[in-house]
Amino acid sequence: MIQLERVTKKYRTERVETTALDNVNLTIDQGEFVSIMGPSGCGKSTLLHLIGLLDAPSGGSIALDGKPVERYGDRALARVRNERLGFVFQQFHLVADLSVVDNVEIPLLYRKTTGKERRRAALAALDRVGLASRTHHFPGQLSGGQQQRVAIARAIVGKPAVLLADEPTGNLDSQMGDEIMGILQELNQEGTTIVMVTHDPRLAERTHRVVRLFDGRQVQ
Amino acid sequence: MLGNYLKMALKVLARRKFFTFISLFGISLTLLVLLVATAMLDQIFAPQAPESRGDRTLGIYTASLRGEDSVYNGFAGYGLLDRAVRGLPQELPGVENISLFTTARAAISYVGGQKIESSLKRTDGAYWQILDFSFLEGGPFTAEDDAAARFVAVINETTRGRFFGDEPAVGRTIEVDGQRFRVVGVVRDVPILRVVAYSEIWVPVSTAKSRAYLKEYQGNFMALLLAHSRADFPQIKAAVDRRLDLAEAHIPDRRMFQTIDAGADTLFEAVSRTLFEARESRPELLWALLLGLAVLFMILPSINLVNLNLSRILDRASEIGVRKAFGASSHTLVGQFVVENVVLTLLGGALGLGLAAAVLAGLNESGVIPYADLRLNFRVFFEGLALALFFGLFSGVYPAWKMSRLHPVQALRGRTV
Ligand SMILES: Nc1ncnc2c1ncn2[C@@H]1O[C@H](COP(=O)(O)OP(=O)(O)OP(=O)(O)O)[C@@H](O)[C@H]1O
Ligand SMILES: [Mg+2]
Repeated sequence: MIQLERVTKKYRTERVETTALDNVNLTIDQGEFVSIMGPSGCGKSTLLHLIGLLDAPSGGSIALDGKPVERYGDRALARVRNERLGFVFQQFHLVADLSVVDNVEIPLLYRKTTGKERRRAALAALDRVGLASRTHHFPGQLSGGQQQRVAIARAIVGKPAVLLADEPTGNLDSQMGDEIMGILQELNQEGTTIVMVTHDPRLAERTHRVVRLFDGRQVQ
Repeated sequence: MLGNYLKMALKVLARRKFFTFISLFGISLTLLVLLVATAMLDQIFAPQAPESRGDRTLGIYTASLRGEDSVYNGFAGYGLLDRAVRGLPQELPGVENISLFTTARAAISYVGGQKIESSLKRTDGAYWQILDFSFLEGGPFTAEDDAAARFVAVINETTRGRFFGDEPAVGRTIEVDGQRFRVVGVVRDVPILRVVAYSEIWVPVSTAKSRAYLKEYQGNFMALLLAHSRADFPQIKAAVDRRLDLAEAHIPDRRMFQTIDAGADTLFEAVSRTLFEARESRPELLWALLLGLAVLFMILPSINLVNLNLSRILDRASEIGVRKAFGASSHTLVGQFVVENVVLTLLGGALGLGLAAAVLAGLNESGVIPYADLRLNFRVFFEGLALALFFGLFSGVYPAWKMSRLHPVQALRGRTV
């Protein structure tokens, strides 16, 4: 479903060039639940962004459903992101000016839906992550764990084919983390392909496959 | 989709109360000042009744007399203006009519033991033909009345109220500065900003207490020249200039003053002539000054708006990144920002218009400016609004558009263009 071939990613700042990913080959099949592990700074987030079509690689190629993504224009890319992908950012990236439920509705704004349908879907997603009672708060009024769950609700609200989650349990206590992991497994059983970055070996164990990175390289 | 954009815009604006307030304040205040200022300028310059023929009227409004070490800047005397315009309609077919009249001066009356101060103007008969007063009662006095020095008067509505308490006034008598006049007409009030038409009482020139004015070069007279069309202006101006040159030989006080600076101007040219103390009228200078003030006044809040918008770019960058990550195209994002800015500007515009309407109504009613009849100038309103829109879009939408072209992660990092 998603194929990365000899993908590299370099960040260039004024003085230094960092190679965040070096020659990574990775294939993710439909229905898989893959976890990505590795020490801090090894390029996990960078890899997830590339898989999620949120950034462009410096070298190599990425294909979605067999079609190289370089060929997608802005609109086609927007459509794929909107209909096929769902992303949980490591730093959540909630829009501070929008209430919790408005944040969760964002992916649906760019689809043909009515306001009522959007609201119903957003509330259902919030309910699923256990935040039904906080829908009209603003992100700044929530704890880190609550914000993380809003970010998860936003990623799953559009029922994406592929869910990409960057440490989705990083700010949660182990009980809440287990609950979220349960939700992810449920979604996976319903057919969602999931790629998750995690530091927690216990969680990684519960996935189909672990991809390990070290200093931008894949290790076995 | 537009409905969604609108809802989104209102949500964001409602949430960013401080930003919204400052922006609205800037836009509406600018429009307010612009509208009040133009309402005043319109009242002075625009061809409105009674000066409905103002667009084809020239005037000699002021004159300067100069000598070795003396200068007189002020209104001209009857003698000077008489030499400048008498017989012009016969000489130039482009001149339809001419009129000599005084500026409005305070005059005292007593009604039932109470002292009343009114503005008094002395005019000839042609004055009533060139200007287009609306009469509530009776009519104007004529050239014949003036020639025969009949003691007749036209008064305005307010003066009728003061003297006769709203009863019909035609045929009755008023006493002003010790002279008694029979009222022949009552006109609607004229705003004080209309220097040519404004007064409260009008009487024939010939009823002046002495005949000395007939020869004077300095005084309180003005002349109006009604042309058939604006195309006749250059010819008329040239003729008046020639006559003024000849008039120099007859300056009563030749030892003090040797030259005359005056000319037939439009009202706008006349203001620029006095403002810049120019020997010739320089309307382009006044235009430049007014435009400069307007631009300065528009630019300051615009810079403020641009500044506000730019300082929010980092905030907005992360929002753009998020929206893009979840499926907004550059197109959609630009649409959102355009709608947001347009909504803000239109709100500010509506607020400014409402405030201006209130302020003008207040000015009209308070009597701070006697007989003021200030009106909204919708053309200026729409021009001001367009300018605000331009700056809003330029500062709010252009950077957003640039940013929406980045990859979502780059935008999220707040990397600016
Ligand atoms: N925008 C950037 N500019 C320059 N260097 C960057 C940028 N983003 C990431 N890097 C560098 O790329 C490398 C990989 O970063 P990445 O965020 O992918 O790590 P990570 O594995 O997700 O780490 P963590 O577990 O701490 O989240 C790091 O060395 C980081 O410093
Ligand atoms: Mg990371």
